[in-house]
Amino acid sequence: MTVDARAQLCLVSFNEAWGSAWQPAPPARFRIAEAKSSFWGLAEGALGARMTRVATTHASASAEPTRRDFLFIATGAAGAVGLAATIWPFVSQMAPDAATIAAGAPVDFDLSHVAEGQIVKLFWRGKLIFVRHRTADEIKSAQNTDVASLRDPEADAARVKPGKDQWLVVYGNCTHLGCVPLGNEGAFHGWQCPCHGSVFDTSGRIRQGPAPINLPVPPYAFTSDKAIRIG
Amino acid sequence: MKSIKTLIALVALSGLASGVALAQSHEREIPPRVTWSFSGPFGAYDETQLQRGFKVFHEVCSNCHSMSKVAFRTLAEKGGPGFTPEQVTALAATYKVKDGPNDAGDMFDRPARPADFWPSPFPNKQAAAAANGGAAPPDFSVIAKARTYERGFPWFVFDIFTQYQEQGVDYIAALLPGYEEAPAGEVVPAGKYYNKYFPGNIIAMPPPLQDGAVTYLKDADGKPQAPETVQQYAKDVSAFLMWAAEPHMEQRKEIAFRALVFLLVFAGLLYFAKRKIWANVEGHA
Amino acid sequence: MSGHSTYVPKSAVGKWFESRLPIMGLIHSSFVVFPNPRNLNYFWTFGGILAFMLVAQIITGVVLAMHYTAHADMAFNSVELIMRDVNYGWMLRYLHANGASMFFIAVYVHIFRGLYYGSYKAPREILWILGVIIFLLMMATAFMGYVLPWGQMSFWGATVITNLFSAIPGVGEVIVSYLWGGYSVSNPTLNRFFSLHYLLPFMIAGVVALHIWALHVPGSNNPTGIEKKTDKDVLPFHPYFTVKDAFALSCFLMVYVWFAFYIPNFLGHADNYIEANAAVTPSHIVPEWYFLPFYAILRAIPDKLLGVLAMFGSIAIMVVVPWLDSSKIRSGNYRPVFQIFFWLFAINAVILGWLGSKPPEGWYVIASRISTVYYFAYYILVLPLLGLFETPKSMPASIADSVLGKGGSGSAMASGAASSPSTKG
Repeated sequence: MTVDARAQLCLVSFNEAWGSAWQPAPPARFRIAEAKSSFWGLAEGALGARMTRVATTHASASAEPTRRDFLFIATGAAGAVGLAATIWPFVSQMAPDAATIAAGAPVDFDLSHVAEGQIVKLFWRGKLIFVRHRTADEIKSAQNTDVASLRDPEADAARVKPGKDQWLVVYGNCTHLGCVPLGNEGAFHGWQCPCHGSVFDTSGRIRQGPAPINLPVPPYAFTSDKAIRIG
Repeated sequence: MKSIKTLIALVALSGLASGVALAQSHEREIPPRVTWSFSGPFGAYDETQLQRGFKVFHEVCSNCHSMSKVAFRTLAEKGGPGFTPEQVTALAATYKVKDGPNDAGDMFDRPARPADFWPSPFPNKQAAAAANGGAAPPDFSVIAKARTYERGFPWFVFDIFTQYQEQGVDYIAALLPGYEEAPAGEVVPAGKYYNKYFPGNIIAMPPPLQDGAVTYLKDADGKPQAPETVQQYAKDVSAFLMWAAEPHMEQRKEIAFRALVFLLVFAGLLYFAKRKIWANVEGHA
Repeated sequence: MSGHSTYVPKSAVGKWFESRLPIMGLIHSSFVVFPNPRNLNYFWTFGGILAFMLVAQIITGVVLAMHYTAHADMAFNSVELIMRDVNYGWMLRYLHANGASMFFIAVYVHIFRGLYYGSYKAPREILWILGVIIFLLMMATAFMGYVLPWGQMSFWGATVITNLFSAIPGVGEVIVSYLWGGYSVSNPTLNRFFSLHYLLPFMIAGVVALHIWALHVPGSNNPTGIEKKTDKDVLPFHPYFTVKDAFALSCFLMVYVWFAFYIPNFLGHADNYIEANAAVTPSHIVPEWYFLPFYAILRAIPDKLLGVLAMFGSIAIMVVVPWLDSSKIRSGNYRPVFQIFFWLFAINAVILGWLGSKPPEGWYVIASRISTVYYFAYYILVLPLLGLFETPKSMPASIADSVLGKGGSGSAMASGAASSPSTKG
């Protein structure tokens, strides 16, 4: 059987292209459309019976476009579903693991050793918490603030437990970008953050600087007069 | 050509088989197969069995054996013995764990919480060995996967399809009641015991279980849930240890089934898509 | 010389981008319109499967490294943390551990396919050698990965394999202590193995890129071993081979799922669930199954240095296979005598693997020696000599002729291609 000269030329061109370099230099004449027409062409050039068969396939394909499309769409959709289901565990594993979550068990803390005016640091769930034994002056200045003038308006009474005004329990990371503010510093003698200068008052409320909100109060309760449980 | 290949394969197989026959002249006894609720593609743990097994572990084994990778909280997790969180909290509180240092810089004991891992009965390996005649009792966290016996050819090939993978639990369930008098001629050193399933047969652990040693919960009719016999204890505690080693087995087998069904459908679709695409190519189906 | 890419971006942004970085054209010409022999059988799908496995191992591995602690005191525990507490951690670890085995299953099929169809022959020698390099890197990666859980098999496997280097006369002991970073396998060893285990897969990926580059110069070999001559012999990669590879991959994934989810510890060792203990060696040290044939060769030879040389030689000899095989016929389909030796070689490799899992005593040692001799004889004697004496079957004139079942020079030669089930797409 004779070799089609055009086809040979085509082959030479893609061999050259691939032999030449790591370059997007595929066959100049080898296009997908041509490739397709060439194997249909091949069929036509071969046996009459084959030609008929190809022609039939061709006809049936165009006669039932929906069935053909449905198969490919279903396959693609199934692949997408499978991929999504596969991705999920890889995303889910980023979440805190079961040991970390369980380790967030409540922490008991004995207040009896905290002297008036002292700030104690402790950790719950790996997060820093300030426990501040406030003096009478600190309580007064916190209570006598005009709530309406605050950036994050919150009354002092809402930030301590009833009847326990001397105990302030707040998270110890600045609400700006997470640095640890220094105690008894700043214009309001509450805290001042060394990173970007946010100033908090003796109720842990933001008064100056870039921090948007007050130091949050963690969930805690008094288990006795001199003991709290955080969490 | 076909027949030559077949012939070669047969010769090779018979060679292998004779090797197996030689290799199987082992003294160590093969543990009998136990029917486990958790074997096979749809296997799941039997909650009540795990609870009984836990009771055996708790009252007998845990006096000497640690289980340091297992946290109390997991006893209440899905796919496990199915204790309630309250039961687990109460159980944990009966144990003391070391914590600290406190503000004064001292270590202190506190009641365990569900988040804590199972406390070891000995402070360290040396103490465990010293208290047990020089042989430290092994940790139980993954022991059901850490023990096995050799299946040999061709059984290990069949195991791929039958999913038989309970060699470890079968071994433990056989070992615990497997103590017997040493056969004549076998010398058992003082303080050691003869067990027909233990590799080498001489084991340091004294027979740990006796009939009636652990009281099982009673059913409505006043009879125990399961016979209070060494055989039953051994099976129950083996099942519990399987769970301890493989706490997510149920989820794993569920996902396996779903993934296989999906792949079957997907491969089917791809097969027909492939046929469709190749249908236009002469000489291919 | 170089033609231009036929890829024409549709959008203006695409054109702008393509004129600066023609990567879409590269992908288009390599994986869309690339002309593949039309008669490739399903053994040729394993290249794609291997690419998938490499990516899967890298992804699961990177994720596992987020939870794993490479310290001798904490490694075993951190693996248990992954298995118990990390969301789907058990799945990631079992996928990774069994993924290594699947990777090797696929690579062995790929290698034996190359050996049978003569894919190493000119002009594909560099392609083949790059493949051998990938195989070596895979072995190193898998070995170091197996050390990371820090179980008994990890520890003692590391001890035995690193001690291979002590066979080197004079400097062996020094080299081994450098490998260990101490006087035994210990924490520094674990740390460097973790570092290298993380690095090597990316090196594999690099060599894989070269492997594909080298592949795309002559294009794929095919079951007839006849080079493509006209465009009647070829089909564009997409959609014909993408869909075929995808189908094969999804079948392969069923096997992967079966192992990773149903019998995840079947291919592992029970002893590796016992934490590393430098004072107790397991009664029976066996490497992972994919190393067993080479392990059998190591133990077949009673001399330490010679054993090590034979083991490394059994892999190194694959590098020179292209020049050892004297046959002018590429595909084993047309080499009746070669087929016998080839299948004996394949069975021999399986037997070597089985012997590698057995204790080195009595009958097993003798069998290992016979098998080792045949392993090397295949390369050193059979391949060079067979080509000189063998009368090949007659061959079709082209790939297209083989597919259409047409005889080449009018003889009854098509039987070779037609009788082999592997030529059927």
